Amino acid sequence: MLTEPPGPQHEWLDDAAGPVVRPYTLTGGRVRSAADGFDLVAFILAGPHANAADPQLAPEHRRLVELTHRPVPVAELAAELDLAVGVVRVLLGDLLARGLIAVHEPLSMSSIPGDDILKAVVSGLRAL
Amino acid sequence: MDSVRYDRTGTGTRVPLALKILVAGGFGAGKTTLVSALSEVRPLQTEEILTGAGADTDDLSGVEGKSTTTVAMDFGRITINDDLQLYLFGTPGQDRFWFLWDELAFGALGAVVLADTRRLADCFPSIDYFEQRGIPFVVGVNCFDDSRRFDLPTVRSALDLDPEVPLVLCDARDRQSGKLVLISLVEHVARQRGEPVPAA
Repeated sequence: MLTEPPGPQHEWLDDAAGPVVRPYTLTGGRVRSAADGFDLVAFILAGPHANAADPQLAPEHRRLVELTHRPVPVAELAAELDLAVGVVRVLLGDLLARGLIAVHEPLSMSSIPGDDILKAVVSGLRAL
Repeated sequence: MDSVRYDRTGTGTRVPLALKILVAGGFGAGKTTLVSALSEVRPLQTEEILTGAGADTDDLSGVEGKSTTTVAMDFGRITINDDLQLYLFGTPGQDRFWFLWDELAFGALGAVVLADTRRLADCFPSIDYFEQRGIPFVVGVNCFDDSRRFDLPTVRSALDLDPEVPLVLCDARDRQSGKLVLISLVEHVARQRGEPVPAA
């Protein structure tokens, strides 16, 4: 990934903002995923036909397939690949379009049924 | 969605439910420290990209010269059981990166706002943010060694907090202390939903 020092020419760029990168090289310039969604805590699980050794897949795609043989949330995949979340979403969109992964989006808080989950969280935390 | 369909091993792959909790507060209030203290794994970092290409842009072709930069977000994980995981996300510290908060806050269970009594005003924007969006939150007063000791009613009045918002003293470095802050948040969420969690 190409890295340059921040310059004064851009409103976001200063020491607090981190290095300037060209992160979307890996996605061929695409900044949007083919599919919506991919919440930070959506779990991704490789499908039965996904093969991490598939020569048709780019190395980053293969790595994602390899990591998702157990369910892993999007944020952890981004951390594991050391890629920005936006880039990982585009790559996951590619895999989803090929039917190689399943996405399990989190439930919204309003649709979480009953108080059992909150009770479980509190007792789980107390037990830590 | 039925995750068992995708099972390769025949043992049944269960997809856990993940709940998001945000950790907010002013710069240096202890957000990263609290996430580190509570996470069962080494805290991870994820980055979001800030780019000159706006939301209406589908690709970057023709704007290769445009600069992009990234903002890091710390996050950690607490496994409650096989079916339930908590993810703690530290919000980016600078106010100007708040548009990233909307994505973080989407579907979140609630938030912990860390307050540093030496710079109490630093957490006002976080409190405003969660109040305006109706996201349940608690305020944790991080007790730094050299900070003046305030009593909680004084802090509550200085923050102009609604009476039902829990305000707790904590030490962001201490796992047990951080745990109690999270418990007070989840209990607060349960009360707001009219389903209070019985005391232990």
